[in-house]
Amino acid sequence: MGGNCDTQEKFAELQNFIDSIEDKRGALIAVLHRAQQLYGYLSNEVIFYVSEKLVIPSSKIYGVISFYSYFTTKQRGKYVINVCLGTACFVRGAEAIMKEFEKELNIKAGESTKDMKFTLSGLRCIGACGLAPVVMINDKVYGRVEVDQIKKIIEECEKEAE
Amino acid sequence: MAMVNLTINNQKVSVEEGRTILDAANKLKIKIPTLCHLDLENIKFVNQSASCRVCVVEVEGRRNLAPSCSTPVSEGMVVTTNSIRCIKARRTMVELLLSNHPKDCLICQKSLDCELQALAAELNIREIKFDGERARHEIDISSQSIVRNMDKCILCRRCETMCNEVQTVHVLSPVNRGFDTFIAPSLNLPMNESTCTFCGQCVAVCPTAALTEVNNISKVWDALNDKTKYVVVQTAPAVRAALGEEFGAEPGTSVTGKMVAGLRKLGFDNVFDTDFAADLTIMEEATEFIHRLQHGGKLPILTSCCPGWVKFFEHQFSDMLDIPSTSKSPHEMFGVIAKTYYANKIGIDPQDMYVVSVMPCLAKKYEAARPELAHDDMQDVDTVITTRELAKMLKEANIDLMSLEDEDFDNPLGESTGASVIFGTTGGVIEAALRTAYEWLTEETLEKVEFHELRGFDGIKEAVIKINDLDVKIAVAHGLGNARRLLEQIRDGKATYHAIEIMACPGGCIGGGGQPYHHGNMAYLQKRMECIYKEDEGKTIRKSHENPYIIKLYEEFLGEPYGEKAHKLLHTHYVKRVKM
Repeated sequence: MGGNCDTQEKFAELQNFIDSIEDKRGALIAVLHRAQQLYGYLSNEVIFYVSEKLVIPSSKIYGVISFYSYFTTKQRGKYVINVCLGTACFVRGAEAIMKEFEKELNIKAGESTKDMKFTLSGLRCIGACGLAPVVMINDKVYGRVEVDQIKKIIEECEKEAE
Repeated sequence: MAMVNLTINNQKVSVEEGRTILDAANKLKIKIPTLCHLDLENIKFVNQSASCRVCVVEVEGRRNLAPSCSTPVSEGMVVTTNSIRCIKARRTMVELLLSNHPKDCLICQKSLDCELQALAAELNIREIKFDGERARHEIDISSQSIVRNMDKCILCRRCETMCNEVQTVHVLSPVNRGFDTFIAPSLNLPMNESTCTFCGQCVAVCPTAALTEVNNISKVWDALNDKTKYVVVQTAPAVRAALGEEFGAEPGTSVTGKMVAGLRKLGFDNVFDTDFAADLTIMEEATEFIHRLQHGGKLPILTSCCPGWVKFFEHQFSDMLDIPSTSKSPHEMFGVIAKTYYANKIGIDPQDMYVVSVMPCLAKKYEAARPELAHDDMQDVDTVITTRELAKMLKEANIDLMSLEDEDFDNPLGESTGASVIFGTTGGVIEAALRTAYEWLTEETLEKVEFHELRGFDGIKEAVIKINDLDVKIAVAHGLGNARRLLEQIRDGKATYHAIEIMACPGGCIGGGGQPYHHGNMAYLQKRMECIYKEDEGKTIRKSHENPYIIKLYEEFLGEPYGEKAHKLLHTHYVKRVKM
C-alpha cells in the first residue's frame, strides 16, 4: 500500500490497530474511523485491506461507509471544514455560514480547494447544540460562529499551515 | 417445541413458539398479501426485512398495525387481517411504493411477472394519491447477463439475502441511506467489474424489474431473418422441464417434442440438443478423471459445466484453479463442434453459421462472450437466450406450444442419452460421469445406473462408490454457499474427495436464473427434478459413451477422448480474478 515512508508508516499503524483488536466482530466502524483519521479518506486500497483483515466483504464495508456521512471515499483537504446543518444550528443561521464559506473559499459544499488545503462539507448535528451555530475544522470546534468571523477563521488555518 | 394459541379472523390456531403471524395465517389458509417477504425454506433463504409493510394486520391491544411477516405470535393473540384499516393501510403502502416507481408496466420486461404489479391489481389501486420525488439512477447494462435498473427497486432486500446469505457471493449491498438508498456491487462498480458470478438467483427472486436478464431476443430474430446465416439452436436439459410452465402446463410437464416443433416453426435451420454435447462432456470429463486417478493427478476433480460456479472459483478460490476439470461446458462444446465438424459435414462456411443456445441460465450469456471460448476468431456460441426468452419468442410468433405435435431433434447433434438429460438437475453430472467412468475402469456393465444418494435437495450430498478396489468418494453441492463450504473444507484439508459436482443454482439448472419465475413456490423445482429423472428413465441409452453419434464423432473427427484435437477444441483454462 503506497510507496513512500509516510504511507508505509500509516499503513503499519492501521495494521497494528487492527491486530490489537481482540474480537474483530463488530470492530468495523472503529477500524474505519482510525483509517480515515490516518489517511483523511477511505480509498479503495484501504477498503480492500480492511475487508481482508476483518474478513468482511468489501460490498458490506462500502455500504457502511456510504451510510454514515462522516466517512468519505474522496481525498480531502488539510483542513476539513464541517458546518453543522442540524436543526438547532440551522435555525441559528448555519445556512448563511455555509454560504459565506463557499464564497470565501470559492468552492461548493462537498468540494475541496484546488491546493487541497480546504474541504467544505455539511453535517448533521455534532451534539453541541448549545453552541449553535457550530463549525468544526478538523478536531477543533468553533461555537456561536458569526458570518463576519469566517474570513478570520480561514486566515488562521492558512497561517497555521505555513 | 411449545405451542402458542391465537385467533386470526375469529379462527383458532396453534403454532410453534417463534413463528410469525404470517406463518399462523398460512396454516389457516388465510391469505395475507406480502411483497418483500420470501421464504424458500428448502434452500435456507428467508427474507424477513419487513421493509414493505404490505402484510400489516391488526392485533388487539396494539395501537399500531403489525407487520405479520416479522411479528412473532404470542399466547392469546387476537389478529384481524382483513379489516378496512388493514386494507387501507396496505393500499397506502403500495401507493407510496408506486409513487417512486416508473409506471411503464405496459412495456416493462417484467410485465405480468411482476409481483408489485400483481399486488397493485389485487389491492385494486386505481390512482396514486402521492406525487413525490422520484429516485433516478443510471441503468447498469455493463454485463452480458444482468440488467440492474434501480429505478424499479423497492428495496425489499431479497437480492441481497440471496447474494450474501445463500450464494455467499457478496456482490449486492445497499449503498447510501434513506431515500438515496440503492442496491449495488462493492464500490458501486458496474456489474461487469464486480465479483458477480451472474448466477441470476437475484433475478429469480426480484419481485420487480429492478434485476432482469439481458434480453437477446432481437439478436436471435435478426439472425433468423438474415439470409446469409445458417442458424442452429441447441437446448439445455433443464429447459424442457420448465418451458411448459410459461404456456400454462403443470409444473414438471416435459415438453421436449413440442419445444423442438416450436423451434422449427421459429425458423431455425437445425434444432439440436445440448444433451448431445453433455454426452461429449462426459467423455472428456470421465477420461480426465480417470487420467488424474491413474497418473497421480490433482484430486478432487471438480465439474466445470456451470459458468456461475467457474466465475465463483476464479474469484474466491483462485489458489485452486488447477482442480476443476478443464472440459468446456456442454453448450460451448456444442458450439465448437457445430462450427467445425458439422459445418464441414454440410459444406457451410463456419463464419456463416450462427449458434443460439437456449439455456435455463443467465451466466451462460456471460460465458458465451468469454474471449477464450472461441476458435478461429469466432465465438463458439453466438447468442444465449433463456427459457423465459424462448417462451417470449414463441408467444411473439403466436405459437401455442402446448397444441404442437411432438417432433424429434435433428441429427447428428440431436441424439442424446439419459445420462445427459440429468445434467439439468443437481447431482446429474456426476451421476452421468460415474455411469461412464465405472464401466471404463471396471470393464463391466453397470446394471443399476441410478445413484440415488446423489439425488435430491440436500445442499451437500456425499457418496462412496466402490470401483474395482477403490472407494471413490463423491460430493455434490448446489448453491454457491454450499460450494464455498465444501471448497473451504478441502482447502483446509478437512475433507478429501475424488470428484465433486458443483452447480451455482439451488437445485441445479432446473432452478437456474433464466427459468420461468417460481414466485417462491419451490414445489416447482421438485416437479422439474422429477421430470428430468423421468426423461432419463424413458431413454433407451442411458450412458454417454454408448451414444452412437458420439462414438461416430470421435471416429470421424476428434480421435481419442482427451486427445490432442479434443484438447484444442473441447478444453479451456481459467483466469485468476480478484476477490473483493
